[in-house]
Order: sequence, then structure tokens, then C-alpha cells
Amino acid sequence: MIELHVLLGLMIIGAIVAMEIEDLLSSVIALGAVGFGLTLAFLLLRAPDLAITQLVVEILSLIILIRATVGVKLPREKIRSRIGYFIFAVIFVALFLSFSVKAIAQLPLFGDSLMRIGSQYVAEAKIKTAAANIVSAIILDFRGYDTLGEATVLFTAVIGVLAVLRKSRKQA
Amino acid sequence: MKQQQGMSLIVKRITKITVSLIFLFGMYIVLHGHLTPGGGFAGGVIIALSFIHLVLAFGKEIALQRLRESFFSAIESFGGLMFLGIALLGLSGGYFFLNVLPKGVPFTLFSSGIIVLCNIAIFLKVSAGLFSIFIALAIIRMPMDDAKEQSR
Amino acid sequence: MSLYILCTVLFAVGLYCLLVKKNLVKKIIGLGIMEYAINLFFILTGYRTAAEAPILDRELAITNFVDPLPQALILTSIVIGLAVTALMVAIAVRLYEKYRTFDINEIRRLRG
Repeated sequence: MIELHVLLGLMIIGAIVAMEIEDLLSSVIALGAVGFGLTLAFLLLRAPDLAITQLVVEILSLIILIRATVGVKLPREKIRSRIGYFIFAVIFVALFLSFSVKAIAQLPLFGDSLMRIGSQYVAEAKIKTAAANIVSAIILDFRGYDTLGEATVLFTAVIGVLAVLRKSRKQA
Repeated sequence: MKQQQGMSLIVKRITKITVSLIFLFGMYIVLHGHLTPGGGFAGGVIIALSFIHLVLAFGKEIALQRLRESFFSAIESFGGLMFLGIALLGLSGGYFFLNVLPKGVPFTLFSSGIIVLCNIAIFLKVSAGLFSIFIALAIIRMPMDDAKEQSR
Repeated sequence: MSLYILCTVLFAVGLYCLLVKKNLVKKIIGLGIMEYAINLFFILTGYRTAAEAPILDRELAITNFVDPLPQALILTSIVIGLAVTALMVAIAVRLYEKYRTFDINEIRRLRG
């Protein structure tokens, strides 16, 4: 999977650009590049459902973020970040990376998934639900509770956005 | 500061043609969610994008006269209740989320029982929810706009 | 194996961005990068070599699929991520309206 390595490398570069660039609009667009790279990675990993969803979600989240950042002028003076804080963050990230490398060594190798639960779903999807798309069968039939909880979270987030943004309209 | 509403005439013309096509593609993605990749989530976002396309091309004042935010909130609640109702329908046959409807022949459009209905419910919920988020972000008087007016 | 580590590096970039940057929009971007890395990690664990996408075919009787369970979990997580991003943007816009800046140090100083 050499192409996946190249794609992930490009995504990391895009993430670093999004993090370090001065202009907020360029930063948001670099985040969009990372998201579209993720779409391609989903296609290479045989997940077309996720690729479609990630593509359209990325477009919408770019629209929302650009709406928030366009026209914002950053103050010219440098934001002084304290050196101690910086060292703390570097140490924290390094600790995180070293522990995660240890944890990854315990996982099954890439391309060798165990599929302890998934094989059951694959075997029974056609008989029990008569749906050709197994992912759809799982999210809406076998694991409907998950989707119900997800719908609740989405509802809460929408209500939160409307509640946060509503106040000023009355004031204005 | 006050420019003409929306974008240029070319964009408006093309938008009138493409919006219906995007909407149709979204409906296709939703209704074939149990046969091909896609489903309620992807199709819902695509349909929300078709409405957002309309708002962006025609300007928010013109577009929002037709599209009310409260209407979309009601649609979203209806989608959530529909999903819960389908789940409760399973109780008639035994347990929550039971697939009580007839399954039909696999690989045809009218098959797999409640999955099609669930896809439609999720599509209503996702599209209306995201579009009402967009409206709320669009009609708020953004501080950046005020700053531009003050600097003038 | 190396793919897992690259994915973790992507997560670490997002974590560093979240910790160090003082700008609220940069913090939102860092959280978005972390979310991408987690989504990708789930799908990487479900991949099997020379397997097909989990969609049944009318004629061919394929049995060798990638794991559909992480895909089903992540499909809902992507849409939640969008809604959460919108919520964070709404709060950031509110703060900008009140304090005319995205810098959290400045916000803390102005609040007194």
C-alpha cells in the first residue's frame, strides 16, 4: 500500500501547513485539503460509503468555517507564546507518541483484521435484512440503537447552535 | 457596502438548472441507500448543500423569504420522531428495532423492510438540521460585517 | 504497521495545534485534524488485504469483505463531527462579536 503512505504523508504536510500558516482563510483551505485526502484514503481502503459522506461533509464544513473566518483581520503584533508552555506541549506530544507506538505493537498487523463481530454481520445480512449494502444494514438494522443515539447528539448540536446564535437577533 | 442581491446573472441562471439536478442526485442516494453506497447521511448532506447553493447564489435576503428557519426545525423534529416511531413499531413484533415489515426480494428497490423508511427519516433529520445551522450562521449579523462598515 | 504510526503522527499534529495555538479558529482546526486521524485509524484496523468493499453483488457470491463494523461506526461519527464543528464555530463567532478578537489570551485579559 505505497500509495496510502504517500497520501498519509501529504495529509500530514497539509495538517502542518494548516497549523502554521498565518492567514486564517489559507489555514481553513489547507484543512479542506486534508479532508479530501481522507476521502481518497477511504476509497483506497474499500469504504465507498464513507468516501461519499466525507466528501460532502467536507464541502459543508469548509463553507461553515469560511463563513466564520472571512474578513477577520488578525492583529499584526506577534502573539507571544511562552517558552515553558511550548516545551510542555512538545513533551506531552512526545510522550503520547511513544506510548501509542507501544500500544500499536499489540494490534493485529495491518491488512489482517480479526473481524470477530463483523463476520457474523456479513454472513447474516442478506438473510436477515435483504439489503445489499452491509454497512447500511448494520447502522439501520443490527445496530439501530447507535444510530438513534447519534440522531440525539445531532439534534442536541443543532439546538445548541440555534440557541447560541439566537440571542443577538433579539438584541439587534 | 450594499451591492446587488446575490451573484451575477450567469450564476443565477446556471443555479436554476443545477439545483434540481443536485436535489435529484441526493434523492437517488437516499432511496438506493440499501443497494449502493450512500444512504440517509450522505444524501441528507447533499440535499442540504443544494439548498445552500440556492442561498449562496441568490443572496440570503431573497432566498430566506421562501425558506423559513422554523419550517426546517419542524422538519428536523419530524424526522427524529419518525425514526423513533419506526423503532417503536418493532415492539409490535417483539423488541425495539425489529424489522417487522416484509423483506421482499433482495437487490430490488422495495426490499429490506424498515431500512428504506429509516433512510428517509435520517435524510429529513440531517438535511433539515444542517440547513438550519447554515441559516442561523448566515442571517446572524456577523461582527466582521460591522467592522467593515465602521472602517468605511 | 507503519500506516498506524503515520496516522498517530497526524493525530499528534492536531494535538500540538490544539495545545500551542492561541487562536480559536486554529484550535477548531486542530480538533478537526484529530477527528480525521481517529476516523482513519478505525478504517485502517478494519482493512483486510485483497478484500472487497462490503456490498453484496447480484451475480458474484463474494465472501471476502473488509470489516463493515468500523465503517458503520465511523459513518455516523463523521456527521456528528460536522455538527460539533458548527457548534464550535457558533461559539467562536459569539466570542468574536463580544471581544473583537479570536486570541484567547486577549479574551482572558479583556474579561478581567
